[in-house]
This record gives sequence, C-alpha cells and structure tokens, in this order.
Amino acid sequence: MREKAGARGRPKALVFAALGDETRLLLVARLCAGRTYSISQLTRGSRLSRQAITKHLRVLEGAGIVHSLRAGRESLFEFDPEPIAEVREYLRSVSEQWDEALGRLKAFVER
Amino acid sequence: MSTDRIEKRIALKAPISRVWRALTDYKEFGEWFRVKLEGPFVVGKVSRGSILYPGFEHVKWEALVQKMEPERLFSFTWPHARSLDKADYSPDYSNEPRTLVEFRLEKTANGTLLVLTESGFDKLPSDRREKAYRGNEGGWAEQVKNIENYVAKNA
Repeated sequence: MREKAGARGRPKALVFAALGDETRLLLVARLCAGRTYSISQLTRGSRLSRQAITKHLRVLEGAGIVHSLRAGRESLFEFDPEPIAEVREYLRSVSEQWDEALGRLKAFVER
Repeated sequence: MSTDRIEKRIALKAPISRVWRALTDYKEFGEWFRVKLEGPFVVGKVSRGSILYPGFEHVKWEALVQKMEPERLFSFTWPHARSLDKADYSPDYSNEPRTLVEFRLEKTANGTLLVLTESGFDKLPSDRREKAYRGNEGGWAEQVKNIENYVAKNA
C-alpha cells in the first residue's frame, strides 16, 4: 500500500518538514557538495545571522539530514544523503501505488 | 529534487459522468481503491474505513474531503502513516504528514482525461522551492544537481 516494508523508524514527517523551508533547502544544496562546513562558512554569503543558521542546522540534524562533528571549539556539519534517499524512495512507492490504483480504476470504468 | 508532488495523467474510455461516479460514490471508490469505507464522501467531513489490500488489512483509511465539484474536481487530504508494517503500524495519524490528493476530470473526444496530483509532502509550494534552488544568494544553485545525482545513485 502506501509504504513498503523497510524505510521504517525515521519519521518521514521530520524529513519532509525539514525540507519544507527555503533556507534549509539552500543549506542542503550547499552541504551536499560532500565536505564538512563550519557554521561560519555556512553563514558567510547569507543574509541570516549565525544564530538563525544554527537553528536551521539543528532542524536538519534532528531529521538526520546533517550530522555535526566537533573540531576543537567549532561544530562542523556534514550532509547525510540517506534520509532524502528514503523519502524519495517513499515517494517512488507512493507513485507506483497510484499507477496500480489508477490501472484498476481504468479497468473498472471501461468494463 | 521533487519531494513535493506526484502527478499522473490517464485517458479513460468512459464518459465523464461514469468516471465521476467511480471516484465519488464511496462503494465504487472502494472497489477499485480496495478500501471498505464506512459511508459516503461529504465535503468537510472525515471519511473512514479499512484497507482491503492483501497484507494491509490492519491499516485504517482516513481522509478529509475537501472539494466535490461535479464532473470536475474531487479532492481530499490524507495522512501518511509512519509505517504500514503490521509490527510498527499505529492508527494514530495525528503527527503524520498530510498531503492533498486531487482528481481533475476533463472531457475528451473519446472519453475522459483524469489528472491526479498528490502534493504538499513537504509543505513548500513548488514555486518557492524553485526559487530556493535557483538561489539568489549565489553559487548554491548548481549544488542542486549534486543532490539529484547523489540521491539518484543512492536511491
């Protein structure tokens, strides 16, 4: 049905909610280049304050989309593709289920 | 990266009135969707029932009917359960993301065009998403391709 066995555990709601914000999408777009970034690096070139960026990073962290590492006195953030891959996989399965349901609707109304 | 919507278009060789009935009569809807609904669809009311799909009979159906514009538009919002696995399933959908499902009908020369959309997975309208990705803060837009490549490879 609307979800196949497997991608359980991590609340999809958290991942979708984390992606439902322009600033966080921009952060994800930047972080997904694959290296670690400090908060200062992520704040540079943004109109937002360090505090605001930090808050958004914590939301992404809560959804598992980024992980933070300590490096001396600094926090470094790195991208984890897994949660986004999971929600994409989920959307793909929802999409397939619609294909099947609409196929049954077609047979139903054309018979 | 489309984490926001699903769209399907399907041509049906049946009159628009027939398709409308299959969508909005709760018994007919239940036949092709494989759900046993408790009663008729009513705008503004929650529709409840039980899934009949083999292996998912423990799953509750719940949808809030949004619009019923005869032979044009039928829509509802529904929750996405965290897990449908019998072992992890919870019928409490109160904290789950809700999406909008819309069935739009158009008359065609030999039947009906049905356009189905399911949207709002991440609650960010797609135009604003586009804007975020184009990025007016410079340099980040190209990274979108990286996300897409990355998740395509890992999906």
